[in-house]
Amino acid sequence: MALIAAVFCFVLVNSKKVEADYSTVTKKWYGIRGKWFFFLLTLGVIITYLSLSPFPIPDQKKGYQENEYQVVKVDSYQWYWTMTPNTVEAGKPVTFLVTSGDVNHGFGIYDENLELLGQTQAMPGYTNKLIHTFDKPGKYKILCLEYCGVAHHAMITELTVK
Amino acid sequence: MSSTAVANRKIEYSESENRKALIAVKAHLILGLAVLLLMMLAGLTMRAVQGTWLEIGADLFYQIMTVHGVGVVGAAGIGSTGVLWYFLRQYVRLSNTIFWINFFVFVAGVVMLLGSIFLGGYGGAWTFLYPLPGKSMGVWSTGAAAVFQLALLIIGTGFLILYLDMGRGILASFGSLSKALGLPQLFGRVPVDTTHPPTVVAGTMVLIVNFLGIAVGAVVLVMGLINLYNPEFQPDALLMKNLIYFFGHVFINATIYASVTAVYELLPRYTGRPWKTSKVFYAAWFAIVFMVMAVYPHHLMMDFPMPQWALIVGQVLSFGSGIPVLVVTGYGALMIVYRSGIQWSTTTKLLFLSMFGWAAGVIPAILDAMVTVNRVFHNTMWVPGHFHFYLLLGLLPMMFGFIYHLTGEGRQGEQPKAADNVGFYAYLIGAFLTSMVFLASGASSIPRRWATHMAEWVTFAQVGTVAAALVVLGMLVFTFRALFSLPKAAEPR
Ligand SMILES: [Cu+2]
Repeated sequence: MALIAAVFCFVLVNSKKVEADYSTVTKKWYGIRGKWFFFLLTLGVIITYLSLSPFPIPDQKKGYQENEYQVVKVDSYQWYWTMTPNTVEAGKPVTFLVTSGDVNHGFGIYDENLELLGQTQAMPGYTNKLIHTFDKPGKYKILCLEYCGVAHHAMITELTVK
Repeated sequence: MSSTAVANRKIEYSESENRKALIAVKAHLILGLAVLLLMMLAGLTMRAVQGTWLEIGADLFYQIMTVHGVGVVGAAGIGSTGVLWYFLRQYVRLSNTIFWINFFVFVAGVVMLLGSIFLGGYGGAWTFLYPLPGKSMGVWSTGAAAVFQLALLIIGTGFLILYLDMGRGILASFGSLSKALGLPQLFGRVPVDTTHPPTVVAGTMVLIVNFLGIAVGAVVLVMGLINLYNPEFQPDALLMKNLIYFFGHVFINATIYASVTAVYELLPRYTGRPWKTSKVFYAAWFAIVFMVMAVYPHHLMMDFPMPQWALIVGQVLSFGSGIPVLVVTGYGALMIVYRSGIQWSTTTKLLFLSMFGWAAGVIPAILDAMVTVNRVFHNTMWVPGHFHFYLLLGLLPMMFGFIYHLTGEGRQGEQPKAADNVGFYAYLIGAFLTSMVFLASGASSIPRRWATHMAEWVTFAQVGTVAAALVVLGMLVFTFRALFSLPKAAEPR
């Protein structure tokens, strides 16, 4: 963003001086445009590859056996959460099976510093599987991240990690 | 003048037709501006509530949030239509009557929306995300939700009628949509014609995507309406979400692609350099047609049952949609201004700013559209951050720049008045700060659409309130300028 701002400022500073022949301007900058395009394309390919392998969303078809994962069933309603159980252990991956009994909600896990660690949508008719491994014990908060009506901001509950 | 060859392709209208058309365009712009000003006041109110400087009930907060969302989208729609219609009618014959019909249908829809929100208490957000409109827990009635969705349906119908007229005009002048998009030139079937108007290419793209977007919107609105009165009819929630975001994404995106015609048409006039079409230009716009429609799954990355390929498409095309503006439109604007000896007036400053806002706004958008980043940014303040950046610094400056152009400012060496300068810089600083505070809030995990903020978040909201107040100050100057100078201004030569 700073780079784009800098480029715009450069042009701004260079807007007053007149180069009467526009074709010399276009000739020079069309050449640079080709390189710029190629640069963006390469950047895009690299970012896409690095950010998508492995795919950041857990496989929704997999079973997630109880011996490897701690399973928490999450149900959401206007305007509260039910979580069974609501206590998990640190260090062992937790599978949250998230659904909704009425409208769309958003299941967001926040740590004690109110930093968002991960989220998934809670939707009627679907069960979303979110996997998270807690590093530290403590009191975590669940906040609603999808607007769900007049008490949306009050839809908060606590998750204990031992 | 951009070039004599382009001038040759222009449609001849009678003096009185032109006069009437100008009045209609001004009506669109003034209505858009007035609604935007009110919506900015609504935004300022919400920030002040989140910053604990103002106390209102949660029900009223979410009504304001609903009106703010739907109002800004609507104002962007009607204002950008004014811009596009003004320039497009120079190349294709358009009906003034149909232009007005859409205007009055829009006004009727706005009245219904206001009634549903402030009389009926509807506060289900402008996205009317199924099944929320029908499940308010008694906060608003089924009737209020129905009027809201009916109003959107009616407004959409008005736009569809207008697009039909634009389509008819384009076909009459260019023979086919593909010729209007410059595809035969792109694929080498006919030689490149650099006098093919960029406005026609942009207008055709907007017409295609928005026609489909609104049609899908109509489908999902009708399904929602049926559900309201026949609760046994329960469409699939994920399908509805897909349709809603397709519609919403296309509609709001189309506003910026419609308004950019102001940049294509006006920067050449103020720099004396032509904006010529080329193969690269056609290729960019051809790609945009598909990308704008296929990119919407980036709104659904936290819906894990979505097919993996759809989310990958969403991520890749989000990056891809940034390329045309970074390589073609923004880059082209920079080349036109570079060493052009341009006279900086409020008009040209706003147009130049709009290119910066659009180009730089691409970056927070691309970041959020990466699955791994979306995990911690989705539905945080980052999201309003990225679209306030686009709208406040990209889209609106295009519209405002066009308004200043129509008032006659910036020609014959007329210098901007002191008030215009104050307005411009208050707006610029306020808009930048508003967006950056949203982005910083999102990066700090603050959720969006919360009426009451936790104590830890209040400072962000307070800085945001000050920033929003600056935006309103700038906007007041623009609005007064439009109200006093625009109605009597003659057609700029
Ligand atoms: Cu909720």
